[in-house]
Amino acid sequence: MYVQEENSVYLSISDISKTFQQDKNPPLSVFHDINIAIQQGEFVSLLGPSGCGKSTLLSIIAGLSRPSTGKILLENKAITAPGPDKSMVFQESALFPWMTVNENVTFPLRKKMNKKERAQSAASYLKMVHLSKFADHYPHELSGGMQQRVSIARALAMNAKLLLMDEPFGALDEQTRIILQEELERIWLETEKTIIFVTHSIREAIKLSDRVIIMGARPGTVISDFKVDLPRPRLQQDMAELEEEVLKILKVEIDKVMKEELQYAGSD
Amino acid sequence: MPVAIKRILFFFILILLWQGIVIAGIWPESMIPAPLSVAKELYLGFKDMTLVWDILASFRHLFIGLACSLVIGTILGVLLANNKTLDETLGSMILALQSVPSIVWVPLAIIWFGFGEASIIFVVIIGGTFVMTMNMRIGIKNVPPIYLKAARTMGSNGVDLFFKVIVPAAIPYAVTGVKLAWAFSWRALMAAELLSTGPGLGYTLSYASDFNNMSLVIGIIIIIGVIGSVVDQLVFQRIEKSVLKRWGLEEEVA
Ligand SMILES: Nc1ncnc2c1ncn2[C@@H]1O[C@H](COP(=O)(O)OP(=O)(O)OP(=O)(O)O)[C@@H](O)[C@H]1O
Ligand SMILES: [Mg+2]
Repeated sequence: MYVQEENSVYLSISDISKTFQQDKNPPLSVFHDINIAIQQGEFVSLLGPSGCGKSTLLSIIAGLSRPSTGKILLENKAITAPGPDKSMVFQESALFPWMTVNENVTFPLRKKMNKKERAQSAASYLKMVHLSKFADHYPHELSGGMQQRVSIARALAMNAKLLLMDEPFGALDEQTRIILQEELERIWLETEKTIIFVTHSIREAIKLSDRVIIMGARPGTVISDFKVDLPRPRLQQDMAELEEEVLKILKVEIDKVMKEELQYAGSD
Repeated sequence: MPVAIKRILFFFILILLWQGIVIAGIWPESMIPAPLSVAKELYLGFKDMTLVWDILASFRHLFIGLACSLVIGTILGVLLANNKTLDETLGSMILALQSVPSIVWVPLAIIWFGFGEASIIFVVIIGGTFVMTMNMRIGIKNVPPIYLKAARTMGSNGVDLFFKVIVPAAIPYAVTGVKLAWAFSWRALMAAELLSTGPGLGYTLSYASDFNNMSLVIGIIIIIGVIGSVVDQLVFQRIEKSVLKRWGLEEEVA
């Protein structure tokens, strides 16, 4: 019975923990006992206080780092390395400064497409993030928010089935953010991609996702995991109640982090 | 006041001072020749082409030597950056060699290769190689990990990752390495040429000194300084600036 259940899961994260060995300080336990099962096509948001390990978890799913303990399977195969089945938008800018915007976006397509297809694909995703005019600019000539949009275009251009996004809309103004949220929702509805989306915005999480997972303060674990069953496109008034609830849970965790900070600062 | 005018004024006053010292007659002309007699030596040297051949010969030594040192330095740098054991052993030796002034290699080169061009080129290669090595090494070691991670998620690894991401990311360091290698090679070149049997600027300088032609000695020193600064500013500073700009590393000058 158990085996069968595991088979139907697209991404299975079981009992993973991550501990960083540090040279001078004692080992840092980031999280432990994380168990998450994600179905194909699910849109999952990950919320949690700063430093709780969201980026760390994402990079483990991306195959860029290994969990200290536990097992992580994508379509029943252990994740050991990055691959064309997953693409990632990083929290910090990861554009190559020596390439133009266009060259950056076509970089992941080099082996898959010919020149013409690459150009078309890049152009369509740059258009989507409203940066067609900047195709021949270098990243440092763009603002932080524009760079973030290029990163999103680059990740989407890969057209991977699993899309990992680490605060992709963090540096955007409200207007652009809403436009891109709608675009992402549209792409997701059209393509059946599975999306794992890290954000600090409760509203964004509830607006976009099928499911919200909340991680607790470090060393933490999943403290809440629930479905969002609201009709799309989601309206402000429908979301308000849920927002309230999530805020309450998160507040407790953020207070914990703050208290620890204060204690540490006071102990010197 | 524009920089150019400031500079012209400065050199004008310097030459006036120089002329003043000569007129005051504190030192004999054989030690401090007049500016005009230096100018005359230079004029004669260029007119009968001897100085032109010297400059061409020096540049030939420099180009061959520098080209070799850049190739060797790049290869060594890449090896050191990628192999820990090599870095801990050969790397420490190169660091030590880097602090040895190039002129020290001249006697050794003469014993191995004689007084000809081979010796000069050997010393020039030694002069540029180590600084290029160390810059290439640090450039590759300092590639921001986020670029590597991003590239790996986009299906790049191995040779592709190295040439498409690591090398371009290291270019700013490599360019600094090239600039320093040129400066070191240029100095090494002069040291080696002084003890060679010519042709070359350094050779002619020591020749002029042997014949007490102080005007030509100073004239050649001026040529060496002018070539050095012109090449540095017109070639290497420009390359460095445009690379830094392209890589987005140039600081905004207010
Ligand atoms: N390579 C590393 N070595 C040591 N510690 C690390 C490393 N990477 C992350 N950490 C630590 O792990 C913890 C979690 O980091 P992570 O970046 O995953 O947090 P996060 O939840 O993404 O935070 P934020 O919301 O601020 O982005 C932090 O305390 C951080 O200091
Ligand atoms: Mg993070």
